[in-house]
Amino acid sequence: MLFKRKEFIQLGSLATASLMLPKFLKAFEGKAMVPPGNKVVVVLQLSGGNDGLNTVIPIGNDLYHKARPRLGIEKSKVLSLTGEAGLHPALTGMKELYDDGSLAILNSVGYPNPDRSHFRSMDIWQTASQSNEYWNAGWIGRYLDAQCQGCDKPTQAIEMDDILSLSMKGEHVKGIAVKDPRRLYGTANEKFFRDVMKHHPEANGEQPVDYLYKTMAETLSSADYIFKQSRLHPTSAQYPATELGTSMKTIASLIFSDINTKVYYVSLGSFDTHTNQDMQQQRLFTELSGAIRAFTKDLKANGRFDDVLLFTFSEFGRRVSQNASGGTDHGTANNMFLVSGGLKKKGLINPLPDLSDLNEGDLKHKVDFKDVYATVLNKWLNADATKILGREYGYMDFI
Amino acid sequence: MSLTNQLKNQHLLWRAGFGPAVEQLEDLRQFTPKQFYKALVKASEKKPVYMNVADNYLKGLVMGVGEVGRMEKLKELTPEQRKSIQRKNREGVRNLNLTWLKEMINSGAQLREKMAFFWHGHFACRNLNVFYQQELIDVIRQNALGNFGILLKEVSHSAAMLNFLNNQQNRKGHPNENFAREVMELFTLGRGHYSENDIKEAARAFTGWSSNLQGDFIFRKGQHDDGIKTVLGRTGKLDGDAVLNILLEEKQTARFICTKIYRFFVNDQPDQERIEWLADRFYKSEYEISALMEDIFTSDWFFDEKNIGTHIKSPVELLAGIQRMLPMTLENDESMLILQRILGQMLFYPPNVAGWAGGKTWIDSSTLMMRMRIPQLFNDEDEMNVRPKDDDDQMMGMRDEGNPAAVARRPKAQKLGGARGTRPINANIEWAGYINYFSKTQREALVNAMAGILLQTNTAVSADIIRQYSDENNREAFIRSATIQIMSTPEYQLC
Repeated sequence: MLFKRKEFIQLGSLATASLMLPKFLKAFEGKAMVPPGNKVVVVLQLSGGNDGLNTVIPIGNDLYHKARPRLGIEKSKVLSLTGEAGLHPALTGMKELYDDGSLAILNSVGYPNPDRSHFRSMDIWQTASQSNEYWNAGWIGRYLDAQCQGCDKPTQAIEMDDILSLSMKGEHVKGIAVKDPRRLYGTANEKFFRDVMKHHPEANGEQPVDYLYKTMAETLSSADYIFKQSRLHPTSAQYPATELGTSMKTIASLIFSDINTKVYYVSLGSFDTHTNQDMQQQRLFTELSGAIRAFTKDLKANGRFDDVLLFTFSEFGRRVSQNASGGTDHGTANNMFLVSGGLKKKGLINPLPDLSDLNEGDLKHKVDFKDVYATVLNKWLNADATKILGREYGYMDFI
Repeated sequence: MSLTNQLKNQHLLWRAGFGPAVEQLEDLRQFTPKQFYKALVKASEKKPVYMNVADNYLKGLVMGVGEVGRMEKLKELTPEQRKSIQRKNREGVRNLNLTWLKEMINSGAQLREKMAFFWHGHFACRNLNVFYQQELIDVIRQNALGNFGILLKEVSHSAAMLNFLNNQQNRKGHPNENFAREVMELFTLGRGHYSENDIKEAARAFTGWSSNLQGDFIFRKGQHDDGIKTVLGRTGKLDGDAVLNILLEEKQTARFICTKIYRFFVNDQPDQERIEWLADRFYKSEYEISALMEDIFTSDWFFDEKNIGTHIKSPVELLAGIQRMLPMTLENDESMLILQRILGQMLFYPPNVAGWAGGKTWIDSSTLMMRMRIPQLFNDEDEMNVRPKDDDDQMMGMRDEGNPAAVARRPKAQKLGGARGTRPINANIEWAGYINYFSKTQREALVNAMAGILLQTNTAVSADIIRQYSDENNREAFIRSATIQIMSTPEYQLC
């Protein structure tokens, strides 16, 4: 497994030279370069089970206020969307996107036989399995399996984290987790690792040791590649100094570079608001809203907003009724935000949840989240959704 | 090339235990694998000591509630009491984790602990009640080398499993099929060897199986459906035990268990012929686990070259293995929990009811690089700047005060410590025994001698590179640093 350092140095200098070229000429710059119009997906995971009913608030519904005498948000405080619905007061950035026509809200998203355990429900969302199946590969990972056989770098999907999520792990190909491109493998032993790798005989065998060397080679070369790319066109825009803000800034810089990344994955949490929900949601939504505002503004300024689709999800919503300790307990169906300059459907694209038709106090799902995945894979990433998801799901028309 | 007894013994110790310990080094060349295996069996015969970690405050609280009897009574507790119970439970499960990990490292009963580790993954169970977990792990350790039928029944009667698989909600007229499904799919037959109707009928048989708050099995007669059921072709007024017996009568159960055991202990690539032979004998022995393991570990094929050095160590195997060879005291015990979480295998927190998938799933860019940094972390030459993901099932939306990674997340700690999550492990490695073992080895031969002890793969990193990155100042420093480097290679991830 030879380390292809040379290739990256060449790529690096070629990319640097390209700074002086007019934008339209870049399309001719060879395979590693991404043509304009390259579609990118950003998945934003709201970990812990975000309370959807206090996110997109059914202000016109008495049942909402009845179920949440203490936790319900008053009509006068919400960011009003329609007479029936408003956004949580902290989501000012999302409100601007709504007004701008670049936000779609999908209500009542879930899956049959919902599971209320965090780890299990998260696995179901991350693998796109049925709730009685246990899969070891995630949906983005399987997208990589389909797209990226023989790729020498797993940079088609990047997670802004220290640890790779199940969603990013395919059967054969896995994405890469990078918190900070400067220290992907930041370690006292880095040079040793490179030397160890250099002296390993080129092996294409099926032995586990070959697999380890292959992963190591990909990791080290990707680290270089991502680091260089992140410095090609570092965005100069202002982002909030939050963790999510920093991650979104890195993602923007990579989108403006010529990296081959199609999917970015980032998480925010914890939304597990059994107690003290008001404060926690306020804090997290402020972080969310600020980061998304800066990110979308930046994309617009650089003419890339039409190419980027960002969506949020959470492993489940929460119960309709508040609990006794200023919070809500684990529930089922939830809403998703879809953000892009290229949306075909805008605003509230399906009805608000029906609070008079509950299943033991929980919302019934109307949209299977796998339909959303299928739509994104098929229409945005131009991939074979049926093959990747293992079943045929419906396509939606928001893109 | 014929394999040396040393290599074979190391192979045996890695697979039937958590790797060779430094005090076993002299013996590796002197005994045959059969002699070694005999000694392992003998050391594992003693009854394991119950791991009792739940703290007294919690015991008082739970026993007080327990007298009233029902889980629901928990709701009458004040929010403060409830919070405190949750916290104490979490701490309890954490202590249970660390206590067991220490057993894996230090116990002479390596075979039993390794077997228990296998069953812990097989009977995967998440439960935040420390009493339930203590009971379940005890059942597993007591029966790890005993009879699979008894183990299956005891696990199925455990409060931890009944709760985890929702059997409390499985009542006459209102079946919850979760328990019945997992018993068939994951504990005995495997997918594809039963029908949906078998599950429905079995679920009826398990109605009424429940537990009280202390974790005792309770049969709630009023909730039990005592009608006629048909499971896998057998008809009668079946109860839960009758269904388990039916499952044990199916030879497929022996086949399913042997396949899993073969993949875990021998080779991730199943060999159908060997597995069929094992399953045949396992079934005929009426599921005697120790006989099955003897069939494996005393066979010639277990020592085939293709089976040596080709197993990707699980995170727990890796962490325990390093510490068996390099005994150490850790100032920051909790770092073991953080590493387990980062690497994807936290004892008592399996990823789902199917347990850890193992093999290549352990390895991705993050986990591989982290694994190769661990020896340096232990040697305090690297800083811990990787943060595990939150686990909301454990944390209930709160940051744990006792969790170093969580502590370091706070802005203040960030300023103090630099990179987030930075906290040294502060390991104190006792090198003497290890260094002493090499006292007669020539300096030039040291690297190869060490690699021979530490690595099971048929290729190794070149001695020149190891030397280049080792401290040549004096012999001891050289042995220490070269050992750390050899452990920091892809080869060391395998056994």
